[in-house]
Amino acid sequence: MTLFASKFASKRSASWLAVIATALTLSPILHASEKEVNLYSARKEQLIKPALDKFTEKTGITVNLVTGKADALLTRLKSEGKNSPADLFITVDAGRLYRAKQAGVLQKFESETLNAVIPENFRDPEGYWFGLSMRARPIFYVKDRVDPKLLSSYEALADDHWAKKICIRSSSNIYNQSLVASMLARTGETDVESWAKGLVSNMARSPKGGDRDQLKAAAAGQCDVAVANTYYYGAMLTGKDAEQKAAAEKMAIFWPNQSDRGAHVNVSGIGLTAAAKNIEAAKALAEFLASPETQQWYAEVNFEYPVGKGVEISGVLKQWGDFKADSINLAELGENNASAVKVMDRAGWK
Amino acid sequence: MESILRRSLWWLSANNIKMNWRQGFSWRLFICVLALFLAVPVLTIVFSLLLPMNANWEHVASYLLSDYIWNSLLLMVGVALGVTLIGVSTAWLTTMYEFPGRAIFAWALLLPLAMPAYIVAYTYTGILDYAGPVQTSLRQLFDWGYGSYWFPDIRSLGGAVFVLTFVLFPYVYMLARAAFIEQSICVLEVSRSLGCTAWQSIWRVALPLARPAIVAGVSLALMETMADYGTVQYFGISTFTTGIFRVWFGMGDVSTASQLAAVLLFFVVTLLLLERFSRHKARFHHTSHRYSELKRRTLIGWRRWSAVSVCALPLLLGFVFPALQLLYWAVTTAESSFDHSFLLLVWHSLYLATITALAGVIVAVTFAYGKRLLGSSAINAVVRLSGLGYAIPGIVIAVGIMVPVAWFDNTVDTFARETFSKSTGLILSGSLFVLVLAYLVRFLSISLQTVESGLEKVKPTMDDVARTLGYTPLQVLRRIHFPIMKGSLLTALLLVFVDVLKELPATLILRPFNYNTLAVRAYELAADERLADVGAPALMIVLVGIIPVILLTRVIDRVRVSKTSASGS
Repeated sequence: MTLFASKFASKRSASWLAVIATALTLSPILHASEKEVNLYSARKEQLIKPALDKFTEKTGITVNLVTGKADALLTRLKSEGKNSPADLFITVDAGRLYRAKQAGVLQKFESETLNAVIPENFRDPEGYWFGLSMRARPIFYVKDRVDPKLLSSYEALADDHWAKKICIRSSSNIYNQSLVASMLARTGETDVESWAKGLVSNMARSPKGGDRDQLKAAAAGQCDVAVANTYYYGAMLTGKDAEQKAAAEKMAIFWPNQSDRGAHVNVSGIGLTAAAKNIEAAKALAEFLASPETQQWYAEVNFEYPVGKGVEISGVLKQWGDFKADSINLAELGENNASAVKVMDRAGWK
Repeated sequence: MESILRRSLWWLSANNIKMNWRQGFSWRLFICVLALFLAVPVLTIVFSLLLPMNANWEHVASYLLSDYIWNSLLLMVGVALGVTLIGVSTAWLTTMYEFPGRAIFAWALLLPLAMPAYIVAYTYTGILDYAGPVQTSLRQLFDWGYGSYWFPDIRSLGGAVFVLTFVLFPYVYMLARAAFIEQSICVLEVSRSLGCTAWQSIWRVALPLARPAIVAGVSLALMETMADYGTVQYFGISTFTTGIFRVWFGMGDVSTASQLAAVLLFFVVTLLLLERFSRHKARFHHTSHRYSELKRRTLIGWRRWSAVSVCALPLLLGFVFPALQLLYWAVTTAESSFDHSFLLLVWHSLYLATITALAGVIVAVTFAYGKRLLGSSAINAVVRLSGLGYAIPGIVIAVGIMVPVAWFDNTVDTFARETFSKSTGLILSGSLFVLVLAYLVRFLSISLQTVESGLEKVKPTMDDVARTLGYTPLQVLRRIHFPIMKGSLLTALLLVFVDVLKELPATLILRPFNYNTLAVRAYELAADERLADVGAPALMIVLVGIIPVILLTRVIDRVRVSKTSASGS
């Protein structure tokens, strides 16, 4: 008679367990080698892996990937400290890169290529991180109900004219936080707060859903204007979902603040970790991700704008027209993020 | 391994009816140390209250906290009522009565559990949206236009209660059903012969006897509700969880985020204590050892069809409709979901879920039996504490594991560098070990509550008799308890298995390089608002979850039969 006679822990499964337990504890530890680079990425796998595969094909360098939320990955980097296996850290907004730099998990990154390709406002003044692709957050309006001449700026969305006509997602979303942070960089906190209050009172419904939901709600008639990132709009226009496509086709882009600072933009960017062991390979990857070839790929796969000057944009992005982007140094978005959240809380922006 | 276990535990109990002090002490120490170890993340959160409150806390208290408390409370009350009503009624019907489809309902009612709540939230938004199939057909049918009719908004507090209720009721269903099955029919017969009507014998006998199981199920559902982020965030409801994320991610303030989590814990603990006090010193085991086989009464007429509807409705709302929407998405709009890496995702998910389920049940049995044998208030407290992780958002638990493990790794590394001038690097961090550890902490409550509610129904006199007859405590566990609570053990295995399958935040942050699971794939697509592409991985989670659901329900059903034969000997 064995000790655990019951089926669920028979002798065989007990030894099986022992094997698994051993295998678990001895799971392979990644060692630095010449032909490898390790990446923590807040860009989703489907929006980075194809580019990484191309890099491996080209250079023979293997890229190991963990994706996740930027703050969680940042916590992992911090707690792993100098022994962290990660060489590179990718985020989808500049604010998080700023936070990573503040936390001391990044190191300066000397690259002639990156400095030449990426405009100054899209990289850290001290060279701790670089933008890879640009995301714009313009205003969208329903073509057959709204005269675009009435639109002018983000600030004007707080005017009485737009009462109960605006759809925008929750203030817990990083893109809205960045938008308000960019306003805080130009205007005093009290002014931004009263603007946010005006915006909240103009909302057609309490914030819910993602960016696509705002566009869908506007198309369905719940509101007249919506604020969303362009790549969601692009994905809706070109996707297979007929309903989303129909909704997107009712909408048009309005580029706000063209007579002053320009439309709000953010970047997806990259930084070299302080613990990096495969520095050469990491540099090669970062440069590859900023190359015109990859920049064009971001545009094709996810409707993101290239950060680099001189990269041709094509297709849908071209149809949306040229626009003036806010030239603020994106590091300021990170500095102002916490105040932005508080301003939105005080304004009652859910 | 087994023989080592046997030998190392032999001295614990060799032929002693009562453990002597020294033996009891070592056993006690082992349980306390293990429980304390698993309680580290929870303790970290509790101790964060000792940190000074900073300006952000003031901000949270003046602008947000009342909203968080109010919404969380309403959500909990709503879900508690919903899951109790649905879980208990379906469990009772499928156990006591025969009606068309009963055998299928018996296992199918567990299926909603395989659905990640936030994905169900997405599907319902898709179904009930202005442009979704329901509203569109209503408009076509009645020639309505936008604004000319009222339609409830799924993305509201009520909607969140709806989604969470229909996803989480299987916890109650499963535990209540296991309890009803294990109840001696004699008790019910006696109540009927003493003049109780059918309803009275439910209210006065069956329900009170099943109370520990029902309460365990409801508190699991509530703890999961408290920890939910995906659904409430998508529906735009501010709860404690969204608050924790807001403070942590938005303001970059970990200490205030932990303090918020501590307040959340306080809520949960109060709730659990209230239940415990209301129970007083009641015990819920049977005093008769005459089990007779349960004969299901066949329902006829309208009763029959109401039983079918009561069981069908939650199945449709919690599983069939969302699954159909996912299927529709997967078939019509998804792009290249089934690539070669898809099988690997399935394998990873299965692998992690199986290991964690086994480990979880082993730990739970150790704790529950240790409590039974040595029941001291210290052990009780520590074990309870280690089970609180379920109420905390997964990512908070994950970080609570990651930080101390990384600290351990780095300390060992520094030591090795200084002593042997050799670096050990990170030994545990970034390995599957840490991931399984995090799952254990997060889901211990499930296996523990399930195993405990099974163990509570075994009369202590049975232990005493067996010990008098010369059984060691381990023999008692094996020969007496395991056969009786086999149903509960399997339930615990299944619940943890399914929960790990759909677990997201800990997997996301702790997994090794290039290691993805189905839940991770589904999330990455959903977070990118590519809902249509979520279909395939989400359905796969469900499929992988279905197999053990069916297998184990069969076994649980068979438990009764074997019990009947055992009582004859």
